[in-house]
Amino acid sequence: MTPAVSTTAASGAQPDYTSDEMMSIAAARALEDGKRCFVGIGLPSTAANVARRTHAPGLVLIYESGTLGSKPDVLPSSIGDGVLAETADAVIGVPEVFNYWLQPGRIDVGFLGAAQLDRFGNINTTVIGDDYADPKVRLPGAGGAPEIAASCREVFVVVRQSARSFVEKVDFVTSVGHGSGKGDREALGLPGAGPTLVITDLGVLRPDPETAELVLTQLHPGVAVDDVRAATGWELRVSDELTRTEAPTAAELSTLRTLKEASQ
Amino acid sequence: MADIVSLTDGVGELVRDGDVVALEGFTHLIPHAAGREIIRQGRKDLTLVRMTPDIVYDQLIGAGCARKLIFSWGGNPGVGSLHRFRDAVQHAWPVPLEIEEHSHAGMANRYVAGASGLPFAVLRGYRGTDLPEHTATIKWITCPFTGEELAAVPALNPDVSIIHAQRADRAGNVQMWGLVGVQKEAVLAAGRSLVTVEEVVDELEPVVGQVVLPHWAVTAVAEAPRGAHPSYAQGYYERDNDYYKYWDSIGRDRETFRGWVRDEVLAEGSATEATGDKEGVR
Repeated sequence: MTPAVSTTAASGAQPDYTSDEMMSIAAARALEDGKRCFVGIGLPSTAANVARRTHAPGLVLIYESGTLGSKPDVLPSSIGDGVLAETADAVIGVPEVFNYWLQPGRIDVGFLGAAQLDRFGNINTTVIGDDYADPKVRLPGAGGAPEIAASCREVFVVVRQSARSFVEKVDFVTSVGHGSGKGDREALGLPGAGPTLVITDLGVLRPDPETAELVLTQLHPGVAVDDVRAATGWELRVSDELTRTEAPTAAELSTLRTLKEASQ
Repeated sequence: MADIVSLTDGVGELVRDGDVVALEGFTHLIPHAAGREIIRQGRKDLTLVRMTPDIVYDQLIGAGCARKLIFSWGGNPGVGSLHRFRDAVQHAWPVPLEIEEHSHAGMANRYVAGASGLPFAVLRGYRGTDLPEHTATIKWITCPFTGEELAAVPALNPDVSIIHAQRADRAGNVQMWGLVGVQKEAVLAAGRSLVTVEEVVDELEPVVGQVVLPHWAVTAVAEAPRGAHPSYAQGYYERDNDYYKYWDSIGRDRETFRGWVRDEVLAEGSATEATGDKEGVR
């Protein structure tokens, strides 16, 4: 296949932003104005708040601690930060979050992180190692993720890419992506579309429409396909229509950095 | 009418060895002072229940109070791992810790069933995940009306639930606001309940978004100013983010942790006895 863009990294001056900043901004750009977005703390919250300050002022942020329409002026330090409640359209109990708002499909986009992600977008945040009872590493666990992954209309995963975290098969399925391939979600009765975007510090992967396998569709500036392959634990397929992410604009970077600084 | 008691008496009378105990508060209003009091009183073999076992349960687990944990997310929010929790799960230190693991939706629904007096709850959850394989309290049930297969989870009915709220009046009516999490459900699901409050007042002034638990639905109320620290109490104090980072350095090492129990938890108890001050001061 012939990729549509150069697959080697452009040489030249070092960019004036980090790969994490590129990832946050790429994730922010993916959020359309007016969408209702279920947000976790960390990269998802950063991205959603950058989006709200740039192209998507009408983005509705929903935090699992029980806030609908939070408009924080700083990045919340935790899911329970008071600023989320004080700036929300409504504050609700946690059972209501999951039962009334998430489960019936009222939320457009679920934003999730992952400790491990596999080629079909399944997510592990529970244990590393084959033995659940005697894990190599005990991770925090599920939180809201399994039902976010099931019931949001679509899911965006934001995660730093490495061969250790991007694995052929996750050690534990905490949250279902596309199962073992196309059709699995429908067979399981999962109402949402599952992961439609995986945004990393190297590029963007999307599920192949035929097989649901994650395919590299977009490279961030300065990143080569081989860099992404080296950071992927399965034989990564590359889209015929590979594109190059636009570098962050000055406005995007300053929005992101102002938010980060205000939250120190 | 709820009894107004000291924190020492409240924990002493309501929390017993071997109990199923829920401390709730979803990152806000976490009953930390009560958690330290349970450590001071040396409770053992507890089954600890909490959606988000963060540092309050890291402390109880590290101190050897728990034999089992029922939870849905165990981490130090915004910082990283719970080292005492991990040490207990991975190395059985200081005692083995059995775990029963759910999702937030599952835990929230288990409390709702418990508060509703029902044996179980149904939800569209867990489907396709590996959780049901390892958690015996997730089963499948067919809807008698539509035929849809749904997840069923049993009610949580703790022996005692402990929450922290902003205020109570002298009759023991409890008032809380801001993020109220699953606290109401945890109290209503429990056989006994202890509510620690920032202050006991003559009259509860209404607050926007308040939840009120009537005195007859609460067993005991104890005044514990700053009792949610290092989490926060909206309207009273902010979250102490530095403490969560500090906890990482304490929890990481067994001996450092033991020193913390000795110097910060047990010493706090001696100071309280000496001055008659029930306030939890770190």
